[in-house]
Amino acid sequence: MKRLGQYTILFERCPAILGHAAVGGKKEAEGPLARDFDQTFLDAYLAQESWEKAESMLQTEAATLAIRKAGLEKKNISMIFAGDLLNQCISSTFGLREMDIPFLGQYGACSTMAQTLAMASMAVESGAANYACAVTSSHFCTAERQFRTPLEYGCQRTPTAQWTATASGSAVLGYGRGVRVRHVTIGRIKDFGVTDVANMGAAMAPAAAQTLLDFLTDTATSPADYDHIYTGDLGAVGSTLMKKLLLENGVQIKNHEDCGLMLYDREMQDVHAGGSGCGCSASVLCGHILNRMEHGTLKNILFMATGALMSTTSSQQGESIPGIAHLIHLQAE
Amino acid sequence: MKTKTAQEYDVMVRRASPHSPVWKDCLFAFLFGGSICALGQGLANLFMLLGLTLQDARTFVSISLIFLSALLTAFGVYDNIAKYAGAGTLVPITGFANSMVSPALEFKSEGFITGLGSKMFVVSGPVLVFGLSASMFYGLTIYVLSLFGI
Repeated sequence: MKRLGQYTILFERCPAILGHAAVGGKKEAEGPLARDFDQTFLDAYLAQESWEKAESMLQTEAATLAIRKAGLEKKNISMIFAGDLLNQCISSTFGLREMDIPFLGQYGACSTMAQTLAMASMAVESGAANYACAVTSSHFCTAERQFRTPLEYGCQRTPTAQWTATASGSAVLGYGRGVRVRHVTIGRIKDFGVTDVANMGAAMAPAAAQTLLDFLTDTATSPADYDHIYTGDLGAVGSTLMKKLLLENGVQIKNHEDCGLMLYDREMQDVHAGGSGCGCSASVLCGHILNRMEHGTLKNILFMATGALMSTTSSQQGESIPGIAHLIHLQAE
Repeated sequence: MKTKTAQEYDVMVRRASPHSPVWKDCLFAFLFGGSICALGQGLANLFMLLGLTLQDARTFVSISLIFLSALLTAFGVYDNIAKYAGAGTLVPITGFANSMVSPALEFKSEGFITGLGSKMFVVSGPVLVFGLSASMFYGLTIYVLSLFGI
């Protein structure tokens, strides 16, 4: 493991994703990526008493499945990096409470999948962990009640608003057969002054553009060198803005897709600007993308999850929304 | 990356962000809101036919609409109507009922006192505070003016 350029980490032994799993809710099971989920739940409560417990259960299921698919047991995992959107990351702590695995909580808003994956890769590559697990989740109902209004409150969503995914994704890293983590670029916080909490894509687009530019500079590559560049939940507005910002800086990307635009059928499922939430990019990566990389349809991709680092308090105090994006470069064997 | 001021980026964001369909929203709000008012009038006529005075009938209309709104909220239907109706379901008394019942439903998982009891006013609280303040200010103004015979 060594530093490459100013912001990128190059892995020399390249940890592999030994197992991965994606679980989702009903809406996700009705979306275009339904077949890529390992498990979907039609009951939004997952037979639990509260939405929070239901989200915790999503993480338990995703992590357990990923560990099993890696051919490992819980006791083999040296550490688990987990995070979610809820205050004090309770979905992670309560969901993983019974697993008895050394735990490090993470918060990166919707960028958490890339953040936990970066941490797990570094832990494995450095020898700090034999096997490390990355997991994150979101639940539409828990996010709505924490960040917005009660679920049954009758209001209209703006066309720029995004739909928080009820989903979780998990990946187990170690040395062995699997998709390899080649580079990681840790993003810088970028804030271009967006204050509209119903337009998160616009707030996160500058961070995404910056991280991609940093990665391309550090590795001296261009977007065309990769099969696909996936961003995590910029949605329709954010994707347009990121491409415009990149173009202004002399970078054109034609092979871009956004997890928030892939998870749902925007028109049919009424999700406005697309999906969002930690579970959105996590489940698209740990389901759809990694499945394709294992089947050989995709070989060389960039996964960049983006997050909006605000809270309800900061928004009510009129603060703008800082954005973050971390990049993971993945290569099939 | 080239630096950008908040104003420059704001121009970019405005161009990239689709606007709400204002005319459609207005039309739907008019139709749904109008229908609720028509329903209220229908109920008032019905109550008066049953022998209530105009004033009592109006009270019964409010009670009926609040009940219907609370019931539809509890059945998870109200927000689906409001998605299309917008201000049409927000402005009449039905919107106020929905703003009380929806947090009550939502926060019962945190207990009857710390959850339901304290969070019930999370949406309607500001309406009550400023509504009551405005009516007090209005009343005081009328009182002061009346002292001067205006």
